[in-house]
Amino acid sequence: MSNAPSHLKYAKSHEWVETAADGTCRIGISDHAQDLLGDMVFIELPEVGQALNAQDECAVVESVKAASDVYSPLTGEVVAVNEALVDGPDLVNRDPYGEGWLFTIKSTDSSELDDLLSADEYIQLNSEDDD
Amino acid sequence: MGAKTALYPEHLNLGAKVVDFAGWDMPLHYGSQVEEHYKVRGEAGMFDVSHMTFVDLKGERVREFLRYLLANNVDRLKSPGRALYTCMLNEQGGVVDDLIVYYFDETYFRMVVNAGTHDKDMAWIQHHAKTFNVSVKELTDVALLAVQGPEARDKVHDLLSEKQREKAEALAPFNAVESEGFFISRTGYTGEDGYEVMVPADQAIDFWRRLHKIGVHPVGLGARDTLRLEAGMDLYSAEMDEETSPLEAGLKWTVAWEPQDRNFIGRGALEPQYNATPARKLVGLILDDRGVLRGHQRVIVDGKAVGEVTSGSFSPTLGKAIAFARVPYDVSGQVLVEMRGKQLPARVVKPPFVRHGKACFE
Repeated sequence: MSNAPSHLKYAKSHEWVETAADGTCRIGISDHAQDLLGDMVFIELPEVGQALNAQDECAVVESVKAASDVYSPLTGEVVAVNEALVDGPDLVNRDPYGEGWLFTIKSTDSSELDDLLSADEYIQLNSEDDD
Repeated sequence: MGAKTALYPEHLNLGAKVVDFAGWDMPLHYGSQVEEHYKVRGEAGMFDVSHMTFVDLKGERVREFLRYLLANNVDRLKSPGRALYTCMLNEQGGVVDDLIVYYFDETYFRMVVNAGTHDKDMAWIQHHAKTFNVSVKELTDVALLAVQGPEARDKVHDLLSEKQREKAEALAPFNAVESEGFFISRTGYTGEDGYEVMVPADQAIDFWRRLHKIGVHPVGLGARDTLRLEAGMDLYSAEMDEETSPLEAGLKWTVAWEPQDRNFIGRGALEPQYNATPARKLVGLILDDRGVLRGHQRVIVDGKAVGEVTSGSFSPTLGKAIAFARVPYDVSGQVLVEMRGKQLPARVVKPPFVRHGKACFE
């Protein structure tokens, strides 16, 4: 069974958000998402400095099975991207909530965080999809 | 719920991701498809391919029947255990299925055909067998394990009886032998050396576990597809089907034209095409950019869509995407392939892409 740590927030489109002490938000895709997609072979990341609106397509994770768009869960500016994924896309499979993070965003609308799902809600959503 | 092979409980034990394949519940991978691919290229892996269809053909006129049924010529099979890859065509020259046929003796041959075409193949074979008074019997109480990779044969030898081992070691590629209940064939679908071993269904899990114990890695259908693609091998329903001539699927070498008086199904339709330049051909594509070639993507030349990718994937060995594509006969050099709203350049090459673990395309 895929896991969803309880300190993270989740989007219905399978991104997770981790809020750091400095207020920036780290974003990746969930264990459930990487499990559905299978081995990652290419990751396309946004540019540092890029302005994003919530729901913007901002990255692509391409696996042996399919290419899948990643949507920004938040509005803000990209302040860091995980360059290690360029040569190590499998980090997303091996450690989706850690070394497999995609990018960090400086959010300009903290109320958007409230619209995201808790771990329990996200797990519930996925179990409904499985039925 | 689909049909299950004798090894299905073991796939679940091993945590396989199970998918439907032609009505069968089969393992796609056991964790990482790419890792499994590397194991077969570098060491040894095993696949459960028991879902395939095994057909025993017996009768006084069985050779005559197969001379008529198959596009390759079974007269190439003279020594017992010899195997031949061939297409089975319809009257229009389209491919009903591709298969391997084995010769045992003048009254006994065996064919291994695809799972996805089981029903129509059986109907087709039975229909034509009647005329030749050949009996058609499907083997259902067996399992087939494909053990493939540079270490595969040695690993299998370690588990055989002395008698079986002696016979297996003596096998040349594309030969098989029956010994003490095992049917051991030096064939495969990966481009690596190895065996396909048919065992009684009730011995399948034990044999699989013993192979696993000595370091043969379980491999799912996901890696099976990338391995065969790297090896330049066609997949039925992707590269060819009932509407596609083998001459446009890179399979001209499997159609035995001589002797000219051998009448086989589809010959009449293919005859005018045989010495002519075909309208289309199957080529290999390599994408040097980041991205993955996938089936049905459009191939663009001079701004026009002229063909499409028949199978594509990421090649773990090459670290880039490779594909088969059907294009007009005069296409060469470079083409564009449309994916996700972009057009990326791809090199046209002659498959196979990988031999003995290394790039080998021209």
